[in-house]
Amino acid sequence: MAEVNIQGVTKSFGTQRGVADIDLHIADGAFVVLLGPTGAGKTTTLRLVAGLEQADAGEISIGGRVVNQETPAQRDVAMVFQQYSLYPHMKVRDNLAFPLRSPILNVAEDEIARKVQQIAEVLRISHKLDNKATELSGGEMQRVSIGRALVRDPAIYLMDEPLSSLDAKLRAELRVELKRIHAEMAATLLYVTHDQIEAMTMASHVGVLDEGRLVQVGTPRDIYENPRTAYVAARLGQPRINLLPADLFDYATPTGAVQMGLRPENIVLGSGQAASVVRVEHLGDQTRLHLKLADHDVITLVDASESANPGDTMRVTARDPLFFDAQGDRITQA
Amino acid sequence: MSGFSVTEPTPRSKRIAATLVTLYAVITMIPLLWIFITGFKSPADAIAYPPKVMFEPTLEGYVNLFTTRTRQTQEYLDANPPDTWYEEIVRQYDMTVVGPSKFGERFFNSVIIGFGSTFLSVFLGTLAAYAFSRFRIPFADDLLFFILSTRMMPPVAVAIPIFLMYRQLGLSDTHLGMILLYTGVNISLAVWLLKGFIDEIPREYEEAALIDGYTRFQAFYKVVLPQAATGIASTAIFCLIFAWNEYAFAVLLTSATAQTAPPFIPTIIGVGGLDWPAVAAGATLFLLPVMIFTILLRKHLLRGITFGAVRK
Ligand SMILES: Nc1ncnc2c1ncn2[C@@H]1O[C@H](COP(=O)(O)OP(=O)(O)OP(=O)(O)O)[C@@H](O)[C@H]1O
Ligand SMILES: [Mg+2]
Repeated sequence: MAEVNIQGVTKSFGTQRGVADIDLHIADGAFVVLLGPTGAGKTTTLRLVAGLEQADAGEISIGGRVVNQETPAQRDVAMVFQQYSLYPHMKVRDNLAFPLRSPILNVAEDEIARKVQQIAEVLRISHKLDNKATELSGGEMQRVSIGRALVRDPAIYLMDEPLSSLDAKLRAELRVELKRIHAEMAATLLYVTHDQIEAMTMASHVGVLDEGRLVQVGTPRDIYENPRTAYVAARLGQPRINLLPADLFDYATPTGAVQMGLRPENIVLGSGQAASVVRVEHLGDQTRLHLKLADHDVITLVDASESANPGDTMRVTARDPLFFDAQGDRITQA
Repeated sequence: MSGFSVTEPTPRSKRIAATLVTLYAVITMIPLLWIFITGFKSPADAIAYPPKVMFEPTLEGYVNLFTTRTRQTQEYLDANPPDTWYEEIVRQYDMTVVGPSKFGERFFNSVIIGFGSTFLSVFLGTLAAYAFSRFRIPFADDLLFFILSTRMMPPVAVAIPIFLMYRQLGLSDTHLGMILLYTGVNISLAVWLLKGFIDEIPREYEEAALIDGYTRFQAFYKVVLPQAATGIASTAIFCLIFAWNEYAFAVLLTSATAQTAPPFIPTIIGVGGLDWPAVAAGATLFLLPVMIFTILLRKHLLRGITFGAVRK
C-alpha cells in the first residue's frame, strides 16, 4: 500500500468539465471517500488515478512516484467499476482469478486458487464460484467485482460506488466488511459514493465534490460540524440540513449572512416561534416532524415517544445555526 | 399505445405461426430438394415428362460430374471388362472413363478462395473495427464513410479497370488475386458489422484488464474477442456467402488455374448434351460448404442476427 497525491489535476472532455484543480492527499492506509451528486466528477477522479484518463494539467503521484506518464498496469492500482466489469464469458472463479493471472504478476495456480477461495468466503460467494458470471444476481455480481479488486495487493484500491446495487441489509454488512478489510490489510482506499451513510461510517476522510471541484476535505465529523459551504452542509446529514433565511429566528446574525443552516437535531421544541405540524413520519427509533415555519418547510427530529399530529402548533428555537453568505460560503462567527 | 401490454401468444396463434413458417420453409426448399433429387436421376428420368417423383436412384450424375469419358469401340469394351463401379455405370453408354474432370479442382479453388477471403476480411475487419470503436482516429467518420462508399456501386461496375489492373499486376487467374478481390469487396461490410458489435462491448471490460496488468493486445484477445464471437461468426457467414457465390468476377478473371465452381458448373451443360443430373450433382455439392459452415456457427448466429441486441 502507498500514499497517493493528487495536485492541481484538471480534466475536461471537450468543453465539458470533468474535474478542475483537484488537490487531494491520500495518506498510506487512509480510507478516503469522495462524495458528490451525479456528474460531480467522482468517476473521472478515479479514472485519472488509474491512468484510464490523462490529466490536462496537474500531477498524480503514487508512493512518491509521479505516474502521469505511466500506463494503468504500471501504476499498480486495483479498481472496482461502477458497472460492467465481470466478464460474461467466464466463470465466477475465473473472473476472480483474472487479475492474478495477469502477465506481470505471475502467481502460481495453487496460490491463485487459495486466494480466490479466501476472497470468495469473505464476500460470501464461495457457493457461486462455478457459476457463469451472467448467472448471478446484481448483488452477487457486485460482490464478485469487489472481489476482483481484493484478490490483489495493489498500491491503492479505487472503488466506484461498489455497493450501489445491493439491498440495504447486504450494503450494511459489506460496509462493515470493507471497513474490516481496510483495517486488517492496512489498505489504502479511494472510494466513491453518493450515499452519505457510506461516507460517514467508513471514511477516515471525506472529500466533497461539486461540479468537478473539490470543495472540502476532512474527517466526516469535521465536515458535518464545520461545512465550508451550504452545499457541503447539504451533502451530509439525514434528514438534510434546513436552509432558511438568516433572520428567521431572533438570533444574532453575523454581517453578510443570507442563509442559515439548521441541522434537524438543532431545532429545539418548547419555546420561541410558532410552527405548524404538516406531517409526522414514524421511523421506529426516531420521529421526523415536517413543520411549516413562516412559509418555510422545516424538518426536525423528535423522540419516538413524542406524540404530535398534523395541524398541531409547536414553538421552536434554533441552536448552533451555521451562517452562509450570498455565495453560499460559510461565515464563522467571531 | 398506452401502458405495457406484453401478452404471451396464445397456443392457437403460435400454432398458426408455426404452420405458416413451416409452409414457407417447405416452399423455399422445394427447388433445392428438386436439385438434390435430380442429382440421383438418370439423364432420361431427369427430363421425363411429366416429372418423375419416383425413380431408380443412380450415381451417374456424380460419376459424370467427376470424370471425363470417351466413346469406345465394341471390341475395346469387350476386351476390357469394367473393373470399378463407376466404370460399370459409364459402360451403359458404351463409354470409358479416361480421367478426372476439372470439377474437383474448381471446387477446391472455391474452398481456398472463399474461406481464404472470408478469413482475411474478418481478420482485417475485426482489427479495423476495434480501432474505429476504441481509439480516437483523425477523420474517423469520413474514413468509415469512405469504407462504406466502396459498396455503393455494384462491384461489377469496376470490372474492366480491375481486369486491366490485374493483368498488369499478374494477378489474373491466381488464387491470391481472387482472395484479395473478394476481401476488398467484403471488408467494408465486415468493418461496419463488426464495429457495431464491438461498440456494444463496454470499454470497462478492457479497462479492467488494463488496470490488472494486461497489455492492450492481451485485453483485446482475452476479453474483446470472446465477447465479439457472435458478431465475428455472423460476419464470417455473410462474407463467405458472397465470396462463395460470386460469379461475374470469377468468369472475367479466372480460367485455367484459379477458376472457381460458379463459372465451371454451367460448362458441364455443354459436355455431350444437356447432362442435367451432373449439373444437379455439382449444384448440390456446391451448396454444402456454406450450409455446413452456417450449421457449425449457428449457435453464435442465432444471437448474431439480432446484431448485438441480446446481451446480458
Ligand atoms: N468520456 C467522457 N466524455 C465526455 N464527458 C464526460 C466523459 N466522462 C465524463 N464526462 C463528464 O464529466 C463530468 C463528470 O463525470 P463523472 O463520470 O466523473 O461523474 P460522476 O461523479 O461519476 O457521476 P455518477 O454519480 O453519475 O457516476 C460529467 O459532466 C460527465 O458528463
Ligand atoms: Mg460515476
